Amino acid sequence: MNDKPTNEDRPVSPQVASSGVDKSAAVRLIARKNAWNPLEIVFWLAALASVFLLPKSYLLLNDIAILALFALSLDLLLGYAGILSLGHAAFFGLGAYAAGLFSIHVSAEPVTGLLVAAVVAGIVGFLSSFLVLRGSDLTRLMITLGVALMLLEAANQARSVTGGADGLSGMIMDPVLGQFPFDLWGKTAYIYSLTVLFVLFLIARRLVRSPFGLSLTAIKGNLTRATTAGVNSNRRLVAVYTIAAVYAGIAGALLAQTSQFVSLDVLAFQRSADGLLVLVIGGTGYLYGGLIGAVIFKIMHDTISTITPQYWLFWLGLLLVIIVMVGRDRIFAGPRRAVTWVGERTAWLLRRGER
Amino acid sequence: MLTILFDGIAYGMLLFVLACGLAVTLGLMNFVNLAHGAFAMAGGYLTVILMNGYGVSFFWCLPAAFLVAALLGAILERTLYRHLYDRSHLDQVLFSVGLIFIAISAVDFFMGARQQIVTLPEILRGRVDIFGVPVGASRLFIIGMCALIMVALQYVLAYTRFGSRLRAAVDDGRVARGLGINVGAVFAITFAVGSGLAGLGGALGADILGLDPTFPLRFMIYFLIVVTVGGTSSITGPFIASLILGVADVAGKYYFPAAGSFVIYAVTVGLLLWRPYGLLARENAR
Repeated sequence: MNDKPTNEDRPVSPQVASSGVDKSAAVRLIARKNAWNPLEIVFWLAALASVFLLPKSYLLLNDIAILALFALSLDLLLGYAGILSLGHAAFFGLGAYAAGLFSIHVSAEPVTGLLVAAVVAGIVGFLSSFLVLRGSDLTRLMITLGVALMLLEAANQARSVTGGADGLSGMIMDPVLGQFPFDLWGKTAYIYSLTVLFVLFLIARRLVRSPFGLSLTAIKGNLTRATTAGVNSNRRLVAVYTIAAVYAGIAGALLAQTSQFVSLDVLAFQRSADGLLVLVIGGTGYLYGGLIGAVIFKIMHDTISTITPQYWLFWLGLLLVIIVMVGRDRIFAGPRRAVTWVGERTAWLLRRGER
Repeated sequence: MLTILFDGIAYGMLLFVLACGLAVTLGLMNFVNLAHGAFAMAGGYLTVILMNGYGVSFFWCLPAAFLVAALLGAILERTLYRHLYDRSHLDQVLFSVGLIFIAISAVDFFMGARQQIVTLPEILRGRVDIFGVPVGASRLFIIGMCALIMVALQYVLAYTRFGSRLRAAVDDGRVARGLGINVGAVFAITFAVGSGLAGLGGALGADILGLDPTFPLRFMIYFLIVVTVGGTSSITGPFIASLILGVADVAGKYYFPAAGSFVIYAVTVGLLLWRPYGLLARENAR
């Protein structure tokens, strides 16, 4: 579906890549692929710098971090396992409500709340993954969408628990780790979200480069062939769906905790569509797509909304149509290749410098 | 009780007219067109404009809605949709979601976000007794119209040359092409007719379904349910699915108002678990 720079653009000779017998070569190849690209380090340093350099935009930055985490979880599904979901907001919303209700009724400690949200979203993700495995692409779209709508309807009707259309209010969070209280400008919120994003990103990065992640790519490439090669594809898909649900749940919990409010739109179709669009902007299958896409998407949203507050949806739709008509690969392949090239080049220069 | 059944059938038949175009799009070209509801909305709004702005009779609005929506469908098919047939499902989903967003905000811009009111003609407003069961005249009209459309569709599909070409193309597009059937043209016509029917359905149902800018999004799920549950290999499947959906939705909202639309989603997920490829479909169908 997409070109993956990690596989194709690396200067690796084909003999080394295909020789499964020479184990040391394979190990070396994987180690090299797992090494940190200098641009990745630059990216995270920039994220860290934003904490100090952009004190006025903490609220926006916090939104970006949360959207990035949501898109990251969708990327695990779409970019690595090839599962197209129209209802990923289901888990985002579940996490948000779980964290919200937990903070009101049990404990207002944020990190415990995150874990609870992760567990709740994970359980529902695990159970619904069996539904998603069945049938064709279309059935899959339908079921993911249906599950999200069911939850939305349930949250809307269970007014006594969730507050229905009025939203769930009355959340007051304790300070993070008992040290850092949430402030009005969103500084704590942003640092908190960014830290969670970074930790989960590291886990995801490790995950997709593990044999498990490689087998997912194999399933995405050719299900029958992967199964013949001995991959238990159903089990892998269940696992990745559950993991993606956990990630989305944590993203939702972050939103609930940092805004101290949960409204019905955490479950809305719009949110699932936003997630897909973010991924489309950033590109799928290399993890940074969701992160970069989230930055671009939010900044665009912010700019357009200040010009024409009401018709953001129109521009969003137009953008989607244009991106698809021109071709996703054609628009984004150029910049991505440039970025990869810069990364390769610096890594090469660094290696040469060491010698 | 019987009134509810009757209302459900009317609702279901309306859904069928709205969704049958989508069944063909999905079955024929394997194209996930989530924006199908936008054509229905176009038909509905055309009716509102013609009736309230120009005083055109409701009955004349129906063919007008059909024609305009069909024209719109044909234009979009030739200019945009055509290029996306062999793309991935992700591209198709993104594209049609984009179209939905554009349609929503365009309608919002020109017509406002409020719900539009269609004043039905005098003759459709009363109630009629059928076998002692009082039913709304407008419901009866809808059932009559939809039954007529259903029969016409069935006739075209089963007994005309175009119908057999269409069925051949649905069954196996590649072989049909090899036999000299111009699948592209068949599809363009079908797409236009399907959009037209959606427009007609939107006009017919403007009063029952409620017409506001979010229409395509609200009913997207219903169309998808009809198509996925009914399967795309025949027209009977979506028809039965629409009836089940209509009756279940109306009855569910009447007997368990607290559950809202929950009933319908539960029924759908259940049906899909039981028959993942559609009610009447063969196992190896797309």
